[in-house]
Amino acid sequence: MNLKELPIEVEPLPGAMPVFRASVAAAELREVCVQARARKARLVALWGTDDSERGTGYALHLALAFPSGLLWLRVPLARADPRYPGIADIYPAANRMQRACADLVGIRPEDGADARKWLRHGAWPEDAYPLRRDFDTSLRHGQKPDRYPFVAVAGEGVHEIPVGPVHAGTIEPGHFRFSIVGEKILRLEERLGYKHKGIEKRFESMTLEEGAKLAGRVSGDSTVAYAWAYAMAVEGATGIEPPRRALALRGILLELERIANHLGDLGYLGNDVALSFGFSQFWRLKEELLRFNARLFGHRYLMDAIVPGGVARDLPRADAEGLVRALEGMRREVETLQSIYEEHAGAQDRFIMTGQVLPELAERLGLNGFAGRASGVRRDLRVDYPVPPYQQLDPRMISHTRGDVAARVLVRFEEVFESMRLIEALVQELPPGETRLPLAKAGSGAKGIGWVEGWRGEVLIALEAGGNRIHRLHPHDPSWQNWPLLEHAVHGNIVPDFPLINKSFNLSYSGVDL
Amino acid sequence: MYQILKQIAKIGIVTEPWPHPDDALRVSARRLGDAILARFGRALAIRHVDAGSCNGCELEIHALNSPFTNPEQLGIKFVASPRHADLLLVTGPVSRNMETALRRTWEATPDPKLVVAIGDCGCTGGIFGESYASCGRVSNVIPVDVAVPGCPPTPDAILQAILTAVSAGRR
Repeated sequence: MNLKELPIEVEPLPGAMPVFRASVAAAELREVCVQARARKARLVALWGTDDSERGTGYALHLALAFPSGLLWLRVPLARADPRYPGIADIYPAANRMQRACADLVGIRPEDGADARKWLRHGAWPEDAYPLRRDFDTSLRHGQKPDRYPFVAVAGEGVHEIPVGPVHAGTIEPGHFRFSIVGEKILRLEERLGYKHKGIEKRFESMTLEEGAKLAGRVSGDSTVAYAWAYAMAVEGATGIEPPRRALALRGILLELERIANHLGDLGYLGNDVALSFGFSQFWRLKEELLRFNARLFGHRYLMDAIVPGGVARDLPRADAEGLVRALEGMRREVETLQSIYEEHAGAQDRFIMTGQVLPELAERLGLNGFAGRASGVRRDLRVDYPVPPYQQLDPRMISHTRGDVAARVLVRFEEVFESMRLIEALVQELPPGETRLPLAKAGSGAKGIGWVEGWRGEVLIALEAGGNRIHRLHPHDPSWQNWPLLEHAVHGNIVPDFPLINKSFNLSYSGVDL
Repeated sequence: MYQILKQIAKIGIVTEPWPHPDDALRVSARRLGDAILARFGRALAIRHVDAGSCNGCELEIHALNSPFTNPEQLGIKFVASPRHADLLLVTGPVSRNMETALRRTWEATPDPKLVVAIGDCGCTGGIFGESYASCGRVSNVIPVDVAVPGCPPTPDAILQAILTAVSAGRR
């Protein structure tokens, strides 16, 4: 069959979401990407594989989201010269993904592309590629200095502020290089990769059962989204369909995760504009929700609640009704706090027109998730590809166009209310029956895709499996797309507003450092 | 302003009692004398270092500062620089890309100092273990006084570990 949007031969991939697979030669890659871009397809992920165990060379993989579904594109590359024409000029978000791919698999874009390293710092040498099959995992290489070539900004009065990797607050490690004049930011360059802990290599030593736990720890704050995406990929690869009750419970879990993260961020955004009242109030609400999570599902952050085949724990009727009542009380509190935030001149003065990303730029660079929806990028997997349990719920797409901190605050408020509505609807229509099926074995060379709208944006898991073993797994965090937009959002802002702007995106380091 | 005051009055104080120290959490013999711990025990400055976690432990360190636990009631506060700190609260595993930064942070912290390792990964390397990219547990890189397991440990458990680190001086 052909893809609806492109004259390209594709094969549907079994699973919960509409996914198609195709293979194209490296020489055709750019043309396919140009056409895909013209047909409003976005780049979701890019990664590489070493296929030597199957007697071939390497392969570059792309996930492109079309209106009709996800296209998983495989580009075979020769063993002797694994190079491909880069696509970062067509899809700017590909830049860091291509560089990570070069560091880990040793496949590179041809001349002209940004050839700087990304995930490799000084812990392993330039000619060692951890995701190659012949990489010696027992070898420990000595530490070498990173010596990353930052782009220097020159001119009268320009100076640099290096920040991190260890930051002033309780946040993850990364380096920010500011070039400033006075207090104004001329340029920000990010240097990430500090948390690289070999997650993809670790997956390759795991069974399909074991992988669920690691998937839930790629980015701890999105554990539900990752666990669901992982389960979806495994279920697709092994040909099982989770019970309807389990899907509804997964929906409840995912929305609880969204509410908890948004509440925490709303508290911190108040804190960052000296409204510490907001921090105390929202973190009180968040803590109450976390305790509810622990009581109902056995974990404050819902880790390991979703497993391949279903969910680990059922939700009895009385508990479900208790949850809805608690959320109803919480909704009234959040409404009160929203009116306080909106009437607080000091807070609004700091929020409005700060860290702005205009819709045109957001669309071009691929800003996604709630931050995208605050910049007019109307995309949400729950709305765009309505599969169970969202199919019957008619989720509302929250969208604003101003793209500043205020818009990202507003989207969070509205998504909290919408998630509360979705949970209530899911509880009311909770189907009876089983909550977990036994796991089947995957056929040789089986593949699966998990694709879930987490609280931060779209989480993708691409899985290649055989029997009960993971052959290769690539987890993709929405922060890959959004980190470069932060560099743009701070242009012309003052340095003291950086923490506020950064928090308004709240991106994952662990999720992209892998 | 009226709305803010009304909300504050309505909610009242939600802070709960703090946990008791637990010597089972110690991983090394006590290094600091009673006199030092007595001072730390009344005003402890903490610098958090994320050395490679999944960010789950960070969620609970944030929650530790919620009004439910409110560590400032005990004179415990988080500071912005290791140079101001008495205690490092380190989450792990320690990625090899963070190994140097963690060592330097530890060196920048003035003596006498304490280190508390947080979470299963901080205690043992956890699910990530040791590899080309991970040094594993925190004590593989810097000396650790107290380690608290959990994935992630609750705010109460983290507070308990901190209080254990300074407990001798509190008696």
